[in-house]
Amino acid sequence: MAVEMLGYIDKPSPVHRLTGTTKLIGFILFTTATMFTYDTRVLLVLGLFSIGLFSISQIRFKEVRFVLVFTAIFVLLNALAVYLFEPEQGVTIYETRHLWFEGIGRFTLTAEQAFYMFNLILKYSVIVPIAVLFLVTTHPTEFASSLNQIGVPYKVAFAVSLALRYIPDVQQDFRTIADAQAARGVAVTQGSLLKRARHSLQILIPLLFTSLERIETVSNAMDLRGFGADKKRTWYNQRAMTRIDYIAIGIALSLTVFSFIVTFYDGSRFYNPF
Amino acid sequence: MNSFTTKQIVATGIGAAVFIILSRFAAIPTGVPNTSIETAYAFLAFMAVLFGPITAGLIGLIGHALKDAILYGSPWWSWVIVSGFVGLGIGLVANRIRLEEGGLTTKKIILFNATQAVVQAIGWIVIAPVLDILIYAEPANKVFVQGAVAATSNILTVGVIGTLLLVTYAKTRSQAGSLKREA
Repeated sequence: MAVEMLGYIDKPSPVHRLTGTTKLIGFILFTTATMFTYDTRVLLVLGLFSIGLFSISQIRFKEVRFVLVFTAIFVLLNALAVYLFEPEQGVTIYETRHLWFEGIGRFTLTAEQAFYMFNLILKYSVIVPIAVLFLVTTHPTEFASSLNQIGVPYKVAFAVSLALRYIPDVQQDFRTIADAQAARGVAVTQGSLLKRARHSLQILIPLLFTSLERIETVSNAMDLRGFGADKKRTWYNQRAMTRIDYIAIGIALSLTVFSFIVTFYDGSRFYNPF
Repeated sequence: MNSFTTKQIVATGIGAAVFIILSRFAAIPTGVPNTSIETAYAFLAFMAVLFGPITAGLIGLIGHALKDAILYGSPWWSWVIVSGFVGLGIGLVANRIRLEEGGLTTKKIILFNATQAVVQAIGWIVIAPVLDILIYAEPANKVFVQGAVAATSNILTVGVIGTLLLVTYAKTRSQAGSLKREA
């Protein structure tokens, strides 16, 4: 069971020096912009921007390669499914039809479909470098304080922080239980679907009770230390905003405004070259 | 937020961590992209009944968003929202089942299953596809088929595995009012 998950990677880069709050605001703005737009020009600009930002973060490609491969497979499979279900979705969207190949039966290939699928893949891909960057350059404990700073109640922010804190522990529990059950001949990685589902219960139940016990212990410890007594709380990892933070937020904000203007000035979120 | 107890906060955090681990290591793929038999939803349904709608809604939201972020690099928001909705919806029956007090009757099991089926059907067949169309302009028939597959497999998963979790847990609780004064 390979442990390949994204986590914080420490580097002395300008992106790392930004406060978590700045990065969170930037991430939210960027996600919003890419969510609304389907304009090829905007997507290309945002894509170039996110690749540029990635390169100044000093994160090397090979450090996050597994996630990018995983995502690439996922995005391509999704695009394939879109084509299989609706080979002429592009024609519906762009309202013209330039046939390239007649194909077999309903599986034609039109310029519009090719362009639509290019945009679909682009739309999914653009967000990935930024999201990955956000994850690997923001320390988990600072992330919680950032959530609180942008207005999320501190109890919820603390829950997020707990989740990040306990992922490795729960993973360890899961592995111990799975190994113990495997030693007894209860395997979840092979056999029929039904058998695997039945066997997975033998892991789920011990994991459930272990976790409930953990919840009990941790919440008692927090209660004993007076957690939740006040309406507000301070964060050990919180840093003050500096000039570079305001500049970064300014850039993110203007990029978002730009993308909304270009996307919606002609009344459609699609860029139509046909 | 003041009624959000420390125990619920911790249950949210650790619950989200368990949700992530289960989605990552205990999911069985079905062949349709983005869709697999998710034991994580059986767990989510259990937490909903034990800790109520706010905790479970947050476990769904936080767990799914972090899972997507850690594994794919970016959250798939349309489905993240549905996970939150499912936790919230199932959690609404927590007060009527009172799992802490044991005594899980057949009536309560039926109530649980009827609720989870309705909530998940709305979530996966209505909310998720509509958001996919609005955000990603994906073809309607593709997202509705995906939604229907997800709904079927998740309703079955919660119906079988989720119910078994509830029954197993209820057996460990001493029933309210089970003590009698000796004559």
